[in-house]
Amino acid sequence: MLSMNQLMPALPEIVLACSCMALLMLGVFRGDSSTRSVSWIAVLALVVVGVVLTSVQSGRMVAFGGQFIVDDFAHFMKWLIIIGSSLAIIMSINFNEQESIARFEYPVLILFATLGMFMMVSANDLISLYVGLELQSLSLYVVAAFRRDSLKSSEAGLKYFVLGALSSGMLLYGCSLIYGYAGTTSFEGLATLFKGLGGTGPSVGLVVGLVFLIAGLAFKVSAVPFHMWTPDVYEGAPTPVTAFFAVAPKIAAIALFIRVLTGPFGVLISEWQQVIVLISIASMVLGALAAIWQDNIKRLLAYSSIGHVGYALIGLAAGTEAGIRGILVYMAIYLAMNIGTFCCVLAMRRTGRMVEGISDLAGLSRNQPMLALALAILMFSMAGIPPLAGFFGKLYIFLAAIESGLYTLAIIGVLASVIGAYYYLRIIKIMYFDEPAEAFDRSISGEIKIILVGTTLFVTFFIIRPDIIVGGAGTAARMLLAG
Amino acid sequence: MIIQALSFYLFASVAIAAAVMVISARNPVHSVLFLILAFFNAAGLFVLIGAEFIAMILVVVYVGAVAVLFLFVVMMLDISFAELRQGFLQYLPIGGLVGIVLLAELLMFGGSWVIAPATEGLRSFPAPPIDQVTNTHAIGKILYTDYIYLFQGAGMVLLVAMIGAIVLTLRARPGVRKQKISDQINRRPEDAIEIKKVQSGSGI
Repeated sequence: MLSMNQLMPALPEIVLACSCMALLMLGVFRGDSSTRSVSWIAVLALVVVGVVLTSVQSGRMVAFGGQFIVDDFAHFMKWLIIIGSSLAIIMSINFNEQESIARFEYPVLILFATLGMFMMVSANDLISLYVGLELQSLSLYVVAAFRRDSLKSSEAGLKYFVLGALSSGMLLYGCSLIYGYAGTTSFEGLATLFKGLGGTGPSVGLVVGLVFLIAGLAFKVSAVPFHMWTPDVYEGAPTPVTAFFAVAPKIAAIALFIRVLTGPFGVLISEWQQVIVLISIASMVLGALAAIWQDNIKRLLAYSSIGHVGYALIGLAAGTEAGIRGILVYMAIYLAMNIGTFCCVLAMRRTGRMVEGISDLAGLSRNQPMLALALAILMFSMAGIPPLAGFFGKLYIFLAAIESGLYTLAIIGVLASVIGAYYYLRIIKIMYFDEPAEAFDRSISGEIKIILVGTTLFVTFFIIRPDIIVGGAGTAARMLLAG
Repeated sequence: MIIQALSFYLFASVAIAAAVMVISARNPVHSVLFLILAFFNAAGLFVLIGAEFIAMILVVVYVGAVAVLFLFVVMMLDISFAELRQGFLQYLPIGGLVGIVLLAELLMFGGSWVIAPATEGLRSFPAPPIDQVTNTHAIGKILYTDYIYLFQGAGMVLLVAMIGAIVLTLRARPGVRKQKISDQINRRPEDAIEIKKVQSGSGI
């Protein structure tokens, strides 16, 4: 029998699910005119979920017969996801109205995606991993095609859907192989099983299953060689959706990646480490090189996010507590940098229409000096220039890699970030030194300004109190590896 | 016993033959009909191993819903399947090669099947003896208790699928006349009929 106590660990998810459905009803009965209120209530619901999350949190707890787990790691990641999702909803409100695609389903779908991400972060079983992943992905396919009258947006949605279905297939194939050779889908069961193997090592089938699982997850974090969908989807989807794609789903998928590989498969690190090293190197190099030739800012940010995932995976390849802590810090900083940058992209609007070319930024420093300054700070941070936050993200990751003796990986990472700095700095050069282009509309709404200022301040002053994030990340990483 | 064996071979061979016909039939409608035959035989196989619930679900869901949907799609879309198949022979060698490589790999795994000693104890939720509870009872017992989390999660996935289909395809078309029953009932004779006093012999 289920009692209330057993449901307590999942209370944030239950609150979130109920508010999804309540908002859906509200929207259905009030029509599209209620979009604005539904959006703000959705943000409020996320804040409430955050409060509930903080209040029920106490150590490591499992629920639903071990299919669901909460610990400090899940807690940290869920907070990042809440921030990403609520900012994505706020950013979309005015944009959707200006583009006349304001429909109440948008915030509801974002909430459903958030629920899916929560389930992913808290997955403690291969089946709950899959159900959470699918709930998240299905919502994302729909929001990618949300501007359904635009060819590009529909193409983005369809492409994402077809490739996403393929990757889910690979993931499921991997899960079924693992289940077939291990006889259990529960993470704890798998962990005990692998510990019991001793010197004999796992059977080939298990390793193949693990590789398929990694391939499926690598698709979700858009790591090379499973990145092909990213630039097209980022370019085609409406800008606030792209901002959402760049942060929340990536954080959730990275969390899942960490939990699966360090949890049940932690003992088999020698089997998966080389795979992670390879996709990490490939992502960093491709992210740095392919972005150079882009002239669309959304495509550029897509390649930049591929590169960032590559850096984050270095921490996973290290597989140590310091490495995991590095990833958590990196993802928190990545969240702030990306949200801020996409706020700037949202401000790129000329005579009421969005422009996305990098050359359109020319002379921004003279037309809108504050916006140019904010974007410059964010770009410096993305490039990893001290004393901005982006530098510290990379620092923790590279230190962890060196501690675990992955010198090649650390060196390639540093080289890739030097190459990557070129295209971030090129944006700054275009803004400050090129002949001014026509000015943008001064139509940034108050909310976007606040988000932009907040993220820029975070990125600038991270150096003063890094311990807030780093401390939390440290506790989370310790608990993950101890459990 | 002999009847069981005979029925197994009957169902199995018809299922395989029907499956071959699905991919080799020239007319796509025939393909779908053969697919339905294959489903029925698979259901028969399930009955033989005592999984009567899955057998019924297979018929109800796959034959009743999925196959009929296929049939509709095939009949509604004007796709020339002959054209689609044109490259078939051309790609057969490379496709066959990939298939053989995969088969060899699968055989290799099969050969190395090692089950760790700890596995037996881990097998979660073993099926109860078949003579004590019915299939439906056994599935219901764990589906709504041990697996409630996944059950609800799957429900959420389906809800999102429904919302998605509506968001992406529903359009409010202007100029469509819909029946508004409340308007019809609320209509009074005074709104619609004008009574004129016609004097006899003068016309209107």
